[in-house]
Order: sequence, then structure tokens, then C-alpha cells
Amino acid sequence: MDKETKKVLFEPLVDNNPITLQVLGVCSALAVTSQMSTSLIMALALTSVTACSSAAISAVREHIPSSIRIIVQMIIIASLVIVVDQLLKAFAFDVSKKLSVFVGLIITNCIVMGRAEAYAMKNPPLQSFVDGIGNGLGYSLILVIVALFRETLGSGKLLGFDVLPLVKDGGWYVPNGMMLLPPSAFFIIGLIIWGFRTWKPKQVEHNEFKIMSIAHGEGGHH
Amino acid sequence: MLNAEKKTCKYNEQLCKYYEQFRVYADRILALSNDSLEKTVNVALALCLVCAVLVSIATVALRPLQGYNKALDMKKNILDVAGLLEEGTDIDQAFAERIESKIVDLKTGDYVDNINVDEYDQRKAAKDPAQNELIPVEKDIASIRQKAKYTKVFLVKNGDQLQSIILPINGYGLWSTMYGFLALEADAQTVQSINLYDQGETPGLGGEVVNPNWRALWKGKKVYSDKGEVALTLVKGGVDSSRPDSVYKVDGLAGATLTSRGVSNLIQYWMGTEGFATYLNKIRKNG
Repeated sequence: MDKETKKVLFEPLVDNNPITLQVLGVCSALAVTSQMSTSLIMALALTSVTACSSAAISAVREHIPSSIRIIVQMIIIASLVIVVDQLLKAFAFDVSKKLSVFVGLIITNCIVMGRAEAYAMKNPPLQSFVDGIGNGLGYSLILVIVALFRETLGSGKLLGFDVLPLVKDGGWYVPNGMMLLPPSAFFIIGLIIWGFRTWKPKQVEHNEFKIMSIAHGEGGHH
Repeated sequence: MLNAEKKTCKYNEQLCKYYEQFRVYADRILALSNDSLEKTVNVALALCLVCAVLVSIATVALRPLQGYNKALDMKKNILDVAGLLEEGTDIDQAFAERIESKIVDLKTGDYVDNINVDEYDQRKAAKDPAQNELIPVEKDIASIRQKAKYTKVFLVKNGDQLQSIILPINGYGLWSTMYGFLALEADAQTVQSINLYDQGETPGLGGEVVNPNWRALWKGKKVYSDKGEVALTLVKGGVDSSRPDSVYKVDGLAGATLTSRGVSNLIQYWMGTEGFATYLNKIRKNG
């Protein structure tokens, strides 16, 4: 793998993470992360859709009229999502039952559109494909971390295995019900962003405006 | 160029001519400026065509497999509530051997023989004005608004002996309409099991309706009181087993008051005269 490909593939993991830095795709990150299994499938589905749609859009990028380019991207993405949904229903029925709504919502996932618009429209197909995989992986990473906390703390289980024995089953752990509700993902994602920015201070955005101190403000001269 | 193409034309002459015309047209369009009206319209049309074909192929080609999955899943749910599902059970075979599907007219409680059971889709029928019945608001305790006039039931038989009766039930919880099966023993009174297989309640709270431990609480509970009213219900805060009416009570789900209420309501509705009461009475009488 050459240096450029590596950069495109791994940069979105931490340095340019779609969720924590670009702040895209947060909606589905809240919705599916109450269980690890759904998170993993969602991550897989989103990664494949982003990669394939980026490649497809990039392949026709030179012929996309700019006046309808967003619609063109949407059609390509939507078609791919339907195909993925149909494949899941045919080959992973149990999973598709849990995910059906969210898979449909990949169409509106900002990461897919964001990468199409920001990268695939300007770069060749293969690179766009790798970029899609990279951003999918960045999304997956956050989903897995969030699901790890939400499922273990919320239901004491991970992928169906008991991790923390629950009080109601004779153990010691009282599950935190809030972890199973979507708002908890906000807190966890917030903490992850905090963690990332402490580790890599470069990610901290500069203030767009300065808060003025009023102590020595318009008082005039004496 | 044109001649060379013609020589390689192996198939229908006419087809090759069309193809050639298409290529010339496509080349002309592709050479146009991206922002011209003609190109915009053509790109949009071509893209829609390609995507439509792609989506159609995927849908049509995978439909048989999806239909099979769906049917298999339903059989699995039925076997599960009948207590016949074990690790490694051949679902198709077990279903064919042990379970008899019937269609019941809810009003009269009689079996209907002139409908093909395997092709009858109850959920579709519930939405079809020709086959459904709107439920008046004051009677609609399960909040389902409409139901099919005819409904499937599944009988588990051991030889000729009726072992259990499996009834499809549905009702609204907190977020979603829950669909499930209730299995009664041959006395049409004692609960064997419940399986709410399709629901969108909060995972970990209302979603615990699928928890095997909670479902196990239902075994042996009674549906009808001595007066013949539906008495089975969910209660908050645990069942006091020393009380005589504890046989009609099941623990509600912790942290899911509204889902629990939904489950109580759907039992109340489907076991009542609007639901299966007439049918179950007949079963009890005829043995």
C-alpha cells in the first residue's frame, strides 16, 4: 500500500473521524448503539454503502451536471441502500429485522453524502472507494466504542454474553437504564470527542468570535 | 470504423444497428458541456434507468429467498411458543409434523375451510377493506384499529390428542404494535407460553418482552376467572404468590409501564368476546 492510500484509509479513524471531527452521521450513532450486534451490522452496511457509492459517483463524476449533482448522488446512494437492504433480508434475516428502519436511513446518513460531495466528486474511483472504506471504519470505531459502553452498562451483556451479572438474575450489577436510551449516546460521543481533542489538540476548533470582556468596555474616559 | 463494427456483429443485424445508433448518440451527449440542458436531461434519464434496473433485479431475484426466510421465521416463532423449538430442530419438518394450521371466523368461532391456510396472510387481510373489520374506538383496547375477520390459529397435536392452541395476538405498546402468539393448553384456559416476536419497544426496558425469564413467568397462568371474564393481567411491583388471584397475575416489566399496559390490553382484547372467546368456548365444549 502506498503512502497516499494509507493516509486516505487511516486518517478518518482518529485524525479526521467522520463522527468526532466532521460531526456527521451522529443520528444513526444514537439510534443503533444500544446493542453491539446491531452496531456492527450497521457499521458494515454503512461502510460498504459509502465505499461503493463513492466509487460509483466518482466513476461518473466527469459527466454529472452540476445543477443536479446532489440528486444524482442521492439516486446512486439510494439504489445501493435498497440493494443492501434486500441482500440483508435474503441472507441475514434476523439482523435485517432489527435494522430495517436504520438501513433505510443510511440514505440520509450525512457521511455517505458528505464523502460523495467532498471527496468522490474530485478523485478517481479507486481512491474514492478507499476513502469510503476509511470513513466507514472511522464511523464503525465510534459505534463500537459507544455500543461497548451502552450495552455493558445498560444491560450487563455484550453480544448476548453476560458481562456484568445483573441483580435480577442474582448478580450484583444494577443496570443503568438510561444507557439504553438514545440520549446516553450523546454523552458518550461527547466524552469521546473530549478525549480525542485532549489527545490531539490540533482538532480543537478556533473560536469563530471572541467573547469581549465588558469590564473595560464602553465606560469612557475619566 | 462502422465497417469494422459490422463485421464483428454476431447477433441480429437489426440489433447491431440500434446499438451503433445508440453509441453515436451516447458519444455525442457525453461530449456536450456538463451544464447544457440536453446533457442534464439525458444524464438524469440514463441514471434513473440504470438504477431502476439494478434495484428491480435485486428485488425480483431475491424475493423467493426473502419469502422463504419470512415463512421460516414465522414457523420458528410458532414452534417456539409451542415449546417445540430446540437447538438444531429442523423447523420445516417439525412444523409439518406437529402443527396444524386452521382459519377461524372470529364472530362465530367456527373453522373456515374455503380459504387456503398457507396462502392466507393475516396481516395483509387486517389492512384490506374487503377482509377486515374496523374496531369501534370504545372497544379498541389494544389500539389496533382494525383486525382481519378470519384469523389463523395453530393446533399442536400429539397423535389425535389436542395438546395446545396457538393464537395470534397483537396490540400497541409504547412505540410499536407488538405482534405475537399466545399458546394455551388444551383446556383453553391455562397459558403455556407467550412469544411477542415482532415489537419495537425500547431495548432493555419494554423490549424485555422477549426475555426468556419473563416469558417463563406466564407458564401455568389462567386466562379466565370463574365468571368467565378475562382476568389475566400484568401487575406492577411483583406478584404475591400467596394470594389466590396470583394465578391471574404476571409481573409487569421493570421500567416499562406503558409496554406492560399494552400487553395487558392486548390479552384483554384478544381473549375477550371481540377476540377468541367464542372460539375458545367452542373448543372447551367440544373437547
